[in-house]
Amino acid sequence: MHELIWRLIMVLTALAALLPFAVPVWAQAPAAQRPDAAREQALIHMVRQDCGSCHGLTLKGGLGPALTPQALHDRPAESLVATIVGGRPGTPMPPFRGLVTEAEAWWMVEQLLAGFPEDRGPATAAVSPASVRAGR
Amino acid sequence: MHRFINSIAIAAGLAVATLSGCATPAAQPLRGTGDLGVVIERAAGRVAIVETSGRTVLARVEGLGDLSHASVVFSRDGRHAYVFGRDGGLTKVDLLTATIAGRVMQAGNAIGGAISQDGRILVAQNYEPGGIRAFDADTLAPLADVPAVYGSDGARSKVVGLADLPGNRFIYALFDANQIWITDLSDPANPRTERFEAGRQPYDALVTPDGRYYIAGLFGEDGLSMLDLWQPQLGVRTILPGYGRGEEALPVYKMPHLRGWAVAGGRAYLPAIGRHEVLVVELGTWKELERIPVRSQPVFVMARPDGREVWVNFAFPENGWMQVIDTFAGRLVDSFQPGRAVLHMEFTARGEAVWISARDDHKVLVYDTKTREPVAELAADSPSGIFFASRAFRTGF
Repeated sequence: MHELIWRLIMVLTALAALLPFAVPVWAQAPAAQRPDAAREQALIHMVRQDCGSCHGLTLKGGLGPALTPQALHDRPAESLVATIVGGRPGTPMPPFRGLVTEAEAWWMVEQLLAGFPEDRGPATAAVSPASVRAGR
Repeated sequence: MHRFINSIAIAAGLAVATLSGCATPAAQPLRGTGDLGVVIERAAGRVAIVETSGRTVLARVEGLGDLSHASVVFSRDGRHAYVFGRDGGLTKVDLLTATIAGRVMQAGNAIGGAISQDGRILVAQNYEPGGIRAFDADTLAPLADVPAVYGSDGARSKVVGLADLPGNRFIYALFDANQIWITDLSDPANPRTERFEAGRQPYDALVTPDGRYYIAGLFGEDGLSMLDLWQPQLGVRTILPGYGRGEEALPVYKMPHLRGWAVAGGRAYLPAIGRHEVLVVELGTWKELERIPVRSQPVFVMARPDGREVWVNFAFPENGWMQVIDTFAGRLVDSFQPGRAVLHMEFTARGEAVWISARDDHKVLVYDTKTREPVAELAADSPSGIFFASRAFRTGF
């Protein structure tokens, strides 16, 4: 299914390139690709807080490079998506495959290039007391 | 002497006004700082001043900038906390008056700091511009700047793993240059730096409590770099070479932290990188004694002060978990979830309690280390690092 969405995006992206008027590639991500509200909040939180442990809460960089629109403006969206999904071998950037879908990675890149939204907190529920302790 | 008495009077006055919020200047008892600490509220640019006897928040101090990855060292009298922010801010916080006693912006992107053996010199480790900078601990006036320049084209490396050494020296690692440097600041106007070749991509490091061994974790290599500071002429040795056994490394969603060392009973407990294991190595012989499988990528591997237990937290997305290793039995004895996004833990000096920050639950939990049950919780806005003033008296903190 994700494969299908991915292909759809690629086709739309290719079509967009043929359009006579200039539209940024990432603006072509169809509205249907936007994650639902809870998932969107979770992704924003993850980027700000957890990606932020290397890239900084403000995304101005740390051990990893800055992820601000200024820093990313000349990077092709496809390569940014590929970096999120597959990581960058030889650097500490890990692959997020399995944690985010490619469609979600496209959405994240779109947000990064436009100026990433502020964190609205975690979307998941608090840990239930019953699951608090587990033998291992 | 007058200045001293004055500052006590001012401190007491401000303490009444700030700590209790009470309008009448009733007698505020004098207090020490031995049971005080700070909790970083990372998103709010604020620290909470806490006390570990009654387990309460005494006050909050705002205006500290970007505190993602903030770290703290303490003045040798235990009165001031020096907070190193990600954005290069260095803030001196008075724990008794809950006020900012000084603040400088010292770099564009920083990763922490250290304080000298004699307590007079603060050193910040910076990513941008890469290098270390030294400041007067009293006034925050700049004292020295040591750019981490390497190679022939003047490139500067990100600096990691900074620790203080005896003799007002500081040791640190260069992530991009694969080197370990020791800078002697005994004469801050004339810093002298010794350089050692190390393994690939050191990401953090620790110094053992006696100040003898410096161990840097490596991201780019299967092993760790170790320098015996009693015999620096021997150079850097690789310890635990090939601990990954040639297997493909698992993804690392957060770099482990080595400061906050776990050295217990002559052994070091080290987070493997790209493997869900804690490595146990014998100090001195550097033989791998065992490896303990844990839930995910370990981040902090910290010994309870008595050394009998080592507590471990984990990288995203398993960062709700905490596991406890019994060092005598050499195995895991507990696994539990204190809250969402457990970022840090700090033991009280004598180890009866450990404070744990649960970022996404906006609280700090205090666990009894004997029962491993929570005994208190404190509200905090996205708490991350917890630092107790008892760090003032420990080498490497």
